[in-house]
Order: sequence, then C-alpha cells, then structure tokens
Amino acid sequence: MHIKKLVVALVVVLSMSLVIAGCGGDKPEAQVDSQEMVVRYNVGTPPETIDPALSTGIPEATIQAQIFEGLTRLDENQIPQPAAAESWEVSDDKTVYTFHIRKDAKWSNGDPVTAEDFAFAWERALNPANAADYAYQLYNIKNAAAYNKGEITDPSQLGIEVVDEKTLKVTLESPAVHFLSLTAFHTLYPVHKATVEADPEGWSLSADTLIGNGAFKVEKWENNVMEFVPNENYWNKDVVKIDRLIFTMVENENTELTMFENDELDMTHTAPLAELERLETEGKLKIYPYLGTYYYIFNTQKKPFDDVRVRKALALAIDRQALIDNVVKGGRKPALAFVPYGLPDMDGSDFRENGGTYYKDADIETAKQLLAEAGYPDGKGFPEIEILYNTSESHKIVAETIQEMWKQNLGITNVTLTNQEWGVYLNSRDEGDFMVARAGWIGDYPDPLTFLDMWTTGNGNNNTFWGSEQYDRLIETVRNSSDQKERMTLMHQAEDILMENMPIMPIYFYTDPVCIKPNLKGVKKSLLGEVDFSEAYLE
Amino acid sequence: MTQYILRRIAVSLLVLWVIVTVTFFLMRIIPGGPFQGEKKLPPEIRKNIEERYKLNDPLLKQYGDYLTNLIHWDLGPSFKYKGQTVNDIIEKGFPISAALGGIAIMISLLVGIPAGIISALRQGRWPDYLAMFFSTIGISVPSFILATLLMYFISYKLHLLPSALWGSPKHVIMPAIALSGLPTAFIARLMRSSMLEVLGQDYIKTARAKGLPKIVIIYRHTIKNAIIPVVTYLGPLTAAILTGSFVVENIFAIPGLGKHFVTSIYNRDYTVIMGVTVFYSILLVTLNLLVDLAYAVIDPRIKLFEAKE
Repeated sequence: MHIKKLVVALVVVLSMSLVIAGCGGDKPEAQVDSQEMVVRYNVGTPPETIDPALSTGIPEATIQAQIFEGLTRLDENQIPQPAAAESWEVSDDKTVYTFHIRKDAKWSNGDPVTAEDFAFAWERALNPANAADYAYQLYNIKNAAAYNKGEITDPSQLGIEVVDEKTLKVTLESPAVHFLSLTAFHTLYPVHKATVEADPEGWSLSADTLIGNGAFKVEKWENNVMEFVPNENYWNKDVVKIDRLIFTMVENENTELTMFENDELDMTHTAPLAELERLETEGKLKIYPYLGTYYYIFNTQKKPFDDVRVRKALALAIDRQALIDNVVKGGRKPALAFVPYGLPDMDGSDFRENGGTYYKDADIETAKQLLAEAGYPDGKGFPEIEILYNTSESHKIVAETIQEMWKQNLGITNVTLTNQEWGVYLNSRDEGDFMVARAGWIGDYPDPLTFLDMWTTGNGNNNTFWGSEQYDRLIETVRNSSDQKERMTLMHQAEDILMENMPIMPIYFYTDPVCIKPNLKGVKKSLLGEVDFSEAYLE
Repeated sequence: MTQYILRRIAVSLLVLWVIVTVTFFLMRIIPGGPFQGEKKLPPEIRKNIEERYKLNDPLLKQYGDYLTNLIHWDLGPSFKYKGQTVNDIIEKGFPISAALGGIAIMISLLVGIPAGIISALRQGRWPDYLAMFFSTIGISVPSFILATLLMYFISYKLHLLPSALWGSPKHVIMPAIALSGLPTAFIARLMRSSMLEVLGQDYIKTARAKGLPKIVIIYRHTIKNAIIPVVTYLGPLTAAILTGSFVVENIFAIPGLGKHFVTSIYNRDYTVIMGVTVFYSILLVTLNLLVDLAYAVIDPRIKLFEAKE
C-alpha cells in the first residue's frame, strides 16, 4: 500500500517539475522570420552588472555598448569621434572641455539626453558610497579623486558643470590628452537620472528599467538570453540595420562552438584552442587584434633573478614563434617588447612599429653567453627555480614548453612548475612569494601609458620589485604632459629602460580569435574586446 | 512524534550553527579576497569597497552580524553581482535547478528501481547482465561526457533539440538525462543487491511455503523491504541534485544555482559562499529528517517514537 502512495507522490512531483520547467515562457532561440534580420551573438559569462558606473568586465561592456553611448565613440583607429556630443571645444591649456550634446540625442523612452544626465552619472560613479571599481577612470576631472577618497564631500566642487540643458563643461586637474577617449568608456556613459534615482540598486537588473541612449534597447532578458531591438529614439537610427539582436550567455566554449556550428549563433566570443586549426581551414575563424600582452614576471629580489644577465638570458632563450605555432596558436604575435601593436603614436602611426623590437626571438647564442657571464656556463650551478601560474590547462602547457626550452637551450634542468588557484596565486604574487610567475595585461584605454605606468616603483601592479627613479620620472612627466610628441617620445624612452632591465619576460601579444558567419558584416570589435553591432548586418 | 520532531529540529539547528561557523572562518582563512584581480584597485577605491561591504569591521563583529542577519534570512549583498542580494541569487537560481533536478530524480527512480528489481529477479540471466552493464557504464561515465555526447548526437548530428540554454520543455531533456545517469545506475545497483538480500530471508521462504502467489511475495514482502536503502540514498541525492550541478549547468548554459557553489569560491564572494552553503545545509538536514520519518512508515522494524510512551 505504502509503495503505491510513494509512486503517486513521485508522479505528482514529476508532473509539477514539468509544469515548473514549462513555465519558463517562450523559447529563447530566434524565431527567424524571413523578413526579420536577426543576429545572434554569445557574450560568454552572464554579466555581473550592467550598471555602467559599476561594471568592469568585457561581456558587461559589450552589452552596454549596444544600449548606451558616451559623449564620444572610438573609430577603428582608436580616434574619438562625435557621438552623444556633436561637438566640443578644448581650452588652449587642454584643461577645460566644453561638450555640446546633440539636440536630437534621446533616451529610449523618448526623454532628451541632457548635460544633467552626464553630470549625475559621473558624480554617481565617483560617490564613495557607491564604491565603483573604475571610479579612478574619472580622476582626471578636477577634485574627482578627492571626492572619491572622501576628502571633500560636496559634489558641486567637482569640475563638472552643467552650463545649460545641452552643454557640459568639464574642468580637469591637469591636461589629459586622452580625455576624449575616456568619454567613450563605459564608466563615463550617461544614465537616465529619474530611473536610476527611483531604484538605485536594481534599475539595471530588469529589461523594463534599463533605459539607454544607444543604438538598441533591451526588449527581454531572462534565462541567460538578452534580446535587443533597435532604439527608435536613437539619433543615428538610420545606421542600424538589424531588426533583432540576441545575446546568449553561454560560458562553456565547447557548447558555444556547437551552437555556432549548429546555426544557433552567428558569432562567438571565443574559440576553443583545440579547434583553432580546423576552424581556420574551414573559414569559420576570424582573428581580431586585442590589446594585451602575455608575459612572465621575475622576482628581482630573489637570486638568481637579481642579476639582469640571468633575466635576459632566460628571456632570449625561448622560441616564441615555435611556442605560438605549436602551442598557443590563434595568430598570436611573438612579444619582443612589452607594449602591444595597435596603439597610435604621435603621428597616428603604430607605437609598437615605431618602437621596434628589443631583442631577437630565440637568440640562443646571446642567451648562453649572458648566462655564462652571470656565472652559470651551460646552466651549471644554476639554482632550482620555480614557475608559478594560476591553475589552467593553457597556462600549464605554456609553462611546460618554456621549461623544456630553458632545458634544451640553456641547460637549466632544475625548473619546477607550481600551479595555484586564482586567488591564492594573486596573493603569492602580491607577497613576492614566487620566483617566476605568469602574468597577463589587457590595456584599459588606447594609450601606451596603460602598459607603462604600472612599472613605476612600488606600483601595486608591479610585482617584480624592480624600480628605477629615471623610469618613475619619465612616467610622471608623461602623466602631466599634454604634448603628444613629448609624451610619445618619453614613453618610448621608458620602454627602453624597462626592456634594458627586463624585470619581465614578454612572451606573446594576445589576439581575439572568434567564430563568425561569413555573411555577418559590419561588426566592430574594439582593441579592448567589446563588440559593437550598431552597424552590423547580414548579407 | 511531535517531541521527536522537535528534538530533531533542535539538533538540526545546532548542526547548522556549526556549519555556518566553520564555513565562515574557513573561508576567511583562504588566501586572497573578493576584490582582487590581475589589475590592482587603487587603495582608496579598495577602502570605499571594503567600507561599503563592511569588510573592515573586526572579523568577530562580521560573524556576529552575519548570524543576526541570518536569523532574519537576510543573506547579504553579493560582492560580485552588484545590486543583487544572495537571496535574489537563490530565488532566481533554485527554481530552475530544482525543476531540472526534480525531473532527473524522477527519471532515476522510474528507471533505476524497475531495472534493479528485474535484474534481481532474473539474477544471472540476460536481463540482469544487460541492466548491470548499463549501470556500470552509468556509474563510471561522468555527467559531462554524457552531456557532451548527448549534445553532439541529438543536437549537432540529428538537430532534434536545441544545444543549450533554458526556457522550454525541449531544453530540459538532455540536461535531465545527463544529470540522472549516475543516480539511475546507483539506484539500480542498490535495488538489485537489496532485493537479493531480502529474497534470501527466511520470511520469504515462509511466504513461499504458505503458498502465497509469487506476485504478492515480490510486491508485498520483497520490494517493500528492499526499497529502504534507496530511500536512505534519496535524502542526500535530492538535496544535491535539486541545488544544481555545476558541470551540467555549465555545459547547457542553464541559469541555475549549481554554478554559484563553485564560482563563489573562486570569486571569494563571501556572502554567496555562506548563502549557498547554508541553503544547501538546510535542505540536506530537512531531507534527512524526512527520510528518517519515512523509515517509520515503510519499515515496520523501525519505531522512532514509541520507545518512551
């Protein structure tokens, strides 16, 4: 008898769970109508927050790039172009920027975009109570750092002035040549004041209250799928060609690839390493440039890395091209310097190309010679060293390859590998509890300074314990200079010093390999990783 | 009965307090913290964040505050998912994981129990070998392999179902099968061995000698007694499966609770670590209590609350 009851109970639970599962609503795959142009992209990880002031990641930035627009937008050459602002004036000393917001700039609910919305958004990002990670992106503005640190409490002392409804005047602490690039960054996007004030914590969590001023607006957001439709109030709506944009949030890259190959996606956010070659031969792969460097850091306080000859020998002895061809793939470029390709120099040409390379890849002769000079001919007597990396298959295989190259090329046989979980690894790096450690750096803004200012003495990101007064002085001058020619010259000099001392061993420059349908055109992917679909279309 | 249940609840609360305390201090011992990354935050910004989340209070005060809030079922804000509380995360993720898990448990029971019974009754013959062959595979093949194979054949090759995501009954089938593989196989084996044990008992021989029909012997005397180990297993299984599987949810991009059990630890998202641990513990303790109560109903040998009366 009791068994019968059990069975009945089970059947009831089963039917209930089916009902619950069925309640999810419409199916999220695109109902591809023959007239509708639908583009489906996978952003990867579900966003931590879509609030432009609080977010920090690339999936978040990509979602924001569809629904918000800053005063400026960066073009393919990283040059700021008018966006929500139709024009601006810069004072001669480059400390006062006056922006004129477009008359026809509107929010997705039809309200006009005003200078007040920008001022509100920026004050909000700087308000210490909101504890925004990226508040420092606004530190160029007068009194911003002091306000964010709580030294002053009156936001009216900030260098942000609403002149009239459509005019915003910004006063800077010191001349900042990249301020117009910063205004294209998500931390400086405007927010719809009334909506945010009504629900400061939760406004960005629901499609109904996610009011933006960009090319698209969010129509629906549930179950790891976000659907956008064109924003009919966008000033530049004529450039928007697609009728529906669908973002999925699939983290697993193999699932993502299956969906792409199964025609459930038009573009992916990455591509699995093991499949790169096949995808390339099948013409499904596109390799975008990406502003980042993969490198190793040396702990210059520990022997034998206190000797620059040892650091150089280790850096010269690895064959980066072989590592890229056989292991990391994806069209990565050997890093023979630290600042990657793609950043504009003073005349608009490429900073890296002008700076050239600092050493030859796989220069084993010189490496051997340096190692002998340091007292370890053919690796004899070389102490035991350890490579630290955060637990991951891809970092492991790079470390193993480098271990093997040091053994083959320099005769250093006692290299051990250690992996640690991400948080533990970051802690070890901070505390200097390592000898050689893996590192990666992705630029924050399109200027070489984002790769160079981290190596000043005692900088929180400089875990090498290396420092040079001359280097620090150069970076300080660059920070306070508004003369592009002077800045770039000094930054080349700073990189010379860095490479002369080699506290780091650059390995490769990142790229961003993704799968994309051949008929999907007009997608813009920035050097910093975010994707913009405002002018995308299907052929 | 009431007295027994009250006593059990009191013990459960004690167990929960121990779990909360141990988890709270263990998680703070792990090196690293919630607001670190390859890019360091400027110290002043770090200070703002720590102030906002009250991380610079003395640890014992933080612990006391956590306990106080916990009593009101306020699990605090997530550090990683800004603007969301841990309550929000559980409220959003749990129904999805539970729906999927519930179906997976149904499959396990509806397939596992009959398979175990049949193989016990046909011991040493082909149905037994067949069932045990599949249950050995079920136990040894991890869910992610099953999930990947299902996705490859059913979605990619045959185009029968969408590869991933959530929202319609079609999306449930593959993850539910992947999730039920191991418990189905385990239940089948458990049921088989326990059936065999019962079938060897004297009272079964007595029943046979009395000339009871075979179906009555199997149904009333064998299955009823043999199902007890399955019920025991069902308690922890339900708690584990309803709270979601990291692997299956990751592969099928299901927005359930499972991922938070793993990612919260990588992120050092302290409130989420605590929240999901407490939630899981409550579920586990409750289900174990239900299982114990169920024994009394199913098994005449077990008397939970008569001893003193």
